[in-house]
Amino acid sequence: MNLLSKKLSKTDLIGVVVLSAIILVLFPAVFSIFRLNLIGKYLTYAFVGVSLVLLWGNGGILSLGQGVFFGLGGYCMAMFLKLEASDPISTKIQTTPGIPDFMDWNQITKLPLFWMPFKSLTFTLLAILIIPAFFAFIIGVAMFKRRVGGVYFAIITQAVALILSVLIVGQQGLTGGINGITDLKTVHGWDIRSDSAKYILYYVNGALLIGCVLFTRWVLSTKFGMLLLALREKEDRVRFSGYDVANFKTLAFCMSAVMCAIGGAMFTLQVGFMSPSFVGITPSIEMVIYTAVGGRLSVIGAVFGTLLVNFAKTFFSEQYPDLWLFLMGGTFIGVVMLFPDGLAGLYERYGKPFVTRLASKKKDEPSVAVAAALESGGKHG
Amino acid sequence: MSLNEIGSMVAMQGFSGLSLFTVLLLMALGLAIIFGQMGVINMAHGEFMAIGAYVVYLFSQLTQNFAPGLREVYFVPAVVAAFFVAAAVGYAVEILLIRRLYKRPLDTLLATWGLSLAMQQFFRTFINPKEVSAELPEWLLGAFNPTPSIQVPRNGIFVMGLTILVTIGVYTLMLKSRWGIRIRATTQNRIMSSAVGINTDRVDRFTFALGCGIAGLAGAAFTTIGSTGPTSGSLYIVDTFLVVVFGGAANLIGTIASAFSIAQAQSLLEFFLTSAMAKVLTLLTIIIILMLRPQGLFTTKVRT
Repeated sequence: MNLLSKKLSKTDLIGVVVLSAIILVLFPAVFSIFRLNLIGKYLTYAFVGVSLVLLWGNGGILSLGQGVFFGLGGYCMAMFLKLEASDPISTKIQTTPGIPDFMDWNQITKLPLFWMPFKSLTFTLLAILIIPAFFAFIIGVAMFKRRVGGVYFAIITQAVALILSVLIVGQQGLTGGINGITDLKTVHGWDIRSDSAKYILYYVNGALLIGCVLFTRWVLSTKFGMLLLALREKEDRVRFSGYDVANFKTLAFCMSAVMCAIGGAMFTLQVGFMSPSFVGITPSIEMVIYTAVGGRLSVIGAVFGTLLVNFAKTFFSEQYPDLWLFLMGGTFIGVVMLFPDGLAGLYERYGKPFVTRLASKKKDEPSVAVAAALESGGKHG
Repeated sequence: MSLNEIGSMVAMQGFSGLSLFTVLLLMALGLAIIFGQMGVINMAHGEFMAIGAYVVYLFSQLTQNFAPGLREVYFVPAVVAAFFVAAAVGYAVEILLIRRLYKRPLDTLLATWGLSLAMQQFFRTFINPKEVSAELPEWLLGAFNPTPSIQVPRNGIFVMGLTILVTIGVYTLMLKSRWGIRIRATTQNRIMSSAVGINTDRVDRFTFALGCGIAGLAGAAFTTIGSTGPTSGSLYIVDTFLVVVFGGAANLIGTIASAFSIAQAQSLLEFFLTSAMAKVLTLLTIIIILMLRPQGLFTTKVRT
């Protein structure tokens, strides 16, 4: 936890540049569009990873309900796309043309009221940002104002994830149920399933992710970021210094929710469907492990952690399906016990001194020394 | 419908709520010790329950294949073994894993989640990927008819009896015995406890093992009601945590009361709504109550 490197120093800029180069240049150059689309999907999870660096790594607030916000963003986008895909002409074989197919299958004859506004793209885009933020605000205020934190917050957010996924599965006629919202085709007539659209969406997604990385780094370098860190270490002292702790925690929670929602919306656009299996408890906890593997304190690490875990998941579940859950379980245990700072921690210890020496001979050395001292002096809890 | 029939229906519906209550309570009692007393978030608690269930299944398979004559009696030693096997695994897990993480509760959560994934895959690979069920002895099958229109399943009565026994046992152990005093002293003030000569590491190990053993008993009870699969335990884990939190984390009476109210609310709602909506409403109500009263229903006053 090196405060000094929180500022956008030279070496960190290098990190962001390297990350951008890998996402925007290397991957499209090396992989076919099929694999690239898959990587695009992984990168949408990285939004959640980055949001958890802000909330959990730096703020010490572990939310096990990030899937809720990912899902809210994804479902908002999916509702818009579904309405566009179910125009009266292409759904004329249904009993009631012009409504989504799953509604027709469930004997619903009129578009439910809450689906109506999602006919507008502007409304949908706003909803993707505002609905999750509002939801996070309600949960945040209710919990943090009453000083519910730590473990209890984790358990309750987990219950929220369970509730939302059970609700979506249970209300099949309104939400598409366990299958989710599928068969999404166009945005204002632009076919999202074509290869060129997939390329464009991949770049948009990559750019948004880098935007989120930069935004999070910036937030962490401000006074607010310092306060978050202070909250994690000694919440009571911050409170006694006169800060209203609950407001800061709520703000961080809302920010992380919005990031997850952007990821969810991009997921829907790139993958072409949204289902409750990205909302419930298991995906929410899995997303925490991405951050843990990457390093809970490192924004860039979270992106690499997400990619690494997902590459491993794809590889092992294709080659050795039986082994995958053992490996996943082992990763959870191993990261927590042996590498609490994840990949970024390993890099800080072994890679960074080397890179710093390459980048500038003298300038950064003192800060690295101080950072190393801070690191060894204050292992976090 | 005659008044008598309605009466019998209410009795039977109430009894089905009671059987959910017993499973939740047995799970929650173990977790109340591990989470409520020790503050360890054991996400693998459901898998310890599955261990108990698999031990009973193993006993049933062994009896069937090697000593069919013992079918009527194997169940009792199997339940005892379920307790000890789950406790032994818990003891090992405490030494290898939990012990190193007492100061990092959120990390314990992640590590035990990993443990639960690995254990589920272990069940899948080495026992059976499908659901299995133990061959029950005759005296657990069928129903008991107090009146011609009311049928109370015998396995329900057995589980109820076991739950009452375990609850009384845990209550006595925690609140009346020397051991319970040591456990409570350690959780309230570790440094003072070790200063007055309590071996706190040993207390931790045995407490965690005890909690896991009770989860094993829950699993043994579960085999009489349903079949066991690799993910059976994880279905109950969130509900169980909510039961413990809702009851007031360190309070046994609270745990019993909250398991009872949650189970009854859910079965009652299931009568009117779909089971998914019943679950949503129950969980939502609990969360809203917890937001208004974060300390849970009952609280023990503790100075920290």
